Amino acid sequence: MLWRKSNFAPQQSDFAPQQSDFMNPNALRKKIRPAEGAVEALLFIVGVLTVFITISIVLTLGDQALLFFNDPAVTLAEFFGTTQWQPQAGQFGIWALVSATLTTSVVALLVAVPLGLAAALYLSEYASPRVRDILKPLLEVLAGIPTVVYGYFALLFVTPILRTLLGADRVGVYNMLSAGLVMGIMILPLISSMSEDALSAVPRSLREAAYAMGATRLEASVQVVLPAALSGVGAAVILGVSRAVGETMIVAIASGAGPNFSFNPLEAAETMTGHIARISGGDLPYGTLDYSSLFAIALMLFLVTLVLNLISQWFVAKFREQYE
Amino acid sequence: MNNFSYPEKDALNRFIAARYRTAWLWQIVFLFALLFAVVSLSALILNVADGAFGYVAYEYKKDPAMISPRPLEELTVPELLAALKANLSAGAFAKLDNESPLAGRSRAELLGLVEERILLVKTLETYPLFRSLFQREQIAAEVKEKFPAARLEFRAWLNAAFITSPQSSRAEFAGVRTAILGSLWLVSIAILFALPVGVGAAIYLQEYSNRKSLLNRIIQTNINNLAGVPSIVYGMLGLAIFVRAWEVFTSGALFGVTDSNGRTILSAGLTMGILVLPLMIINAQEAIKAVPDSIRQAAFGVGATRWQTIWHHVLPGALPGILTGSILAVSRAIGETAPLIIVGASTFITFDPQSPFTKFTALPIQIYQWTSRAQGEFHAIAAAAILVLLIMLLSLNATAILLRNRFQKRM
Repeated sequence: MLWRKSNFAPQQSDFAPQQSDFMNPNALRKKIRPAEGAVEALLFIVGVLTVFITISIVLTLGDQALLFFNDPAVTLAEFFGTTQWQPQAGQFGIWALVSATLTTSVVALLVAVPLGLAAALYLSEYASPRVRDILKPLLEVLAGIPTVVYGYFALLFVTPILRTLLGADRVGVYNMLSAGLVMGIMILPLISSMSEDALSAVPRSLREAAYAMGATRLEASVQVVLPAALSGVGAAVILGVSRAVGETMIVAIASGAGPNFSFNPLEAAETMTGHIARISGGDLPYGTLDYSSLFAIALMLFLVTLVLNLISQWFVAKFREQYE
Repeated sequence: MNNFSYPEKDALNRFIAARYRTAWLWQIVFLFALLFAVVSLSALILNVADGAFGYVAYEYKKDPAMISPRPLEELTVPELLAALKANLSAGAFAKLDNESPLAGRSRAELLGLVEERILLVKTLETYPLFRSLFQREQIAAEVKEKFPAARLEFRAWLNAAFITSPQSSRAEFAGVRTAILGSLWLVSIAILFALPVGVGAAIYLQEYSNRKSLLNRIIQTNINNLAGVPSIVYGMLGLAIFVRAWEVFTSGALFGVTDSNGRTILSAGLTMGILVLPLMIINAQEAIKAVPDSIRQAAFGVGATRWQTIWHHVLPGALPGILTGSILAVSRAIGETAPLIIVGASTFITFDPQSPFTKFTALPIQIYQWTSRAQGEFHAIAAAAILVLLIMLLSLNATAILLRNRFQKRM
């Protein structure tokens, strides 16, 4: 800042290259900046770190799961083929936990998919911008509520209502129905916002063509726009499944403690996630079969959600290709 | 040639009218789906408020008249102090004084101590807010019948003492001070890790690497997948790596801390940092993407290097977006519960966390624990803790929205 020194305007010579620069060809050569390279290297490492996180998830879970399956007390056939999960008795049949995960997830999806899709259709095809500006943030609030709060809601609001409606003798204090219903409410905003994005991305011309043929708004949205956005909606539903399978706190609080091979939503049963949370909540001694069995469950959970997420992403990519 | 005949006019009109009726009907159905979500949200919030306030029936094991013939509420600070001194053993009194000088405590706090330590207050029954408001007489009659000696009082479980007092095994005196501090520690560590790493990864992906390259695509897919991994799996990762494999580091043994194992704030904070990292990267990428290319080209045009361009031009433009993203990450981290259970948050901690190497508890853990208890008074404090958590989240999100609005105006 040469001109700061004096109060005069900068001299022409302040900007002109020094005479010597013209004499010395090296001055015109690209300057080597080691710091630039160092920064890039650092950023590269940080960028690749996320891949290492995935690898370490697979390795740590796999390592312990391998210990589990290598134990003489456990066989793969027993793990995937039987329906009793009692680590104390040496029984490790994953279906006792999977049944509850399936039941709660199905209940959740029965709530979240139709309602989420209907909400998305309303927001994208019917709502005026003003209504959308009010309702969309509300859905976002619903999506931002911690799951432990949903657990409280399930146990202390939904369960008592169910018990009054269906009879306290038929519905337990802990039951999969209540956990599933509340999980559905939790997933609803995810499905509706992803579906709405997909519906809004369908070109206007398709709708206009439908209206020109005399279609009502319902016919245009259900028979033209929805099929056009199907892969985006599919992605939303699959991500919803993955969220339901991995959800922990709602089921840990409301669906009951103790594995139970049952598909009856009125019964109490423990899901895979709920089991991990309950068992590791106590001070579990390392290196026991109990401890490594949790990693086997977690590995299965990870693989299932991984596949679901990949399918969902593939759907989204397909959808983008179509319209963007 | 023209054999096609239009339907009769009336039939056509009826057909069209029927279609429009169906359309109208379904529009209502769609709207109801949306309203269902809104109703659920209101039900949830009302349910929490319902639990956090309301009448409570309690009794004193000892007669308050033994302290003073006047009602407890009228006693002054010196009188309460005298009562404590007279009725507690010298050791217990000294211990209380040690925690925080008794003379310096507020009247409400002293009254609480008198009730807790001398009169041995016991909660018999709690009533939710809406019943308390609309069925006051019924509750009074019920209490009179069931517990003749009980006193009935309207109580806000969410009060100043609840926020400032540490944990206690008795619901009436439990507070969330330790849990809030634990949550703050946790979130700070998570953000200290996730913010630089997340922004760095986003810069690499957006500004350095070739967007079409295989590596970039792998990293991108991987980040999207990590964002969908169930949080409990991150908990297992944290348990295996931070709690066990890195125990020397996370327990503080490396830094001369001796009295702890790997289940510390540091382990939990790092786990949480890894959990919010994908979210952080995706948001930072969006923010960097939103900076117009013309700015980069202008910087390159005057001879700036890539890093100079990023540091002086791209990052300042992306900063509000990155901040918004970090706030969203913080609000995710504050509410996450499952990984903390796995990593081993202790549920009963009465001292404030002093360093990253201490045992800890966090707000959602407290909510989980208290919700799992059977007694009504624990549900009431769970509701109060939920309100604290929701207020924290609400203020965070409001900040994020304000930032976003300012950002949108400027760009």
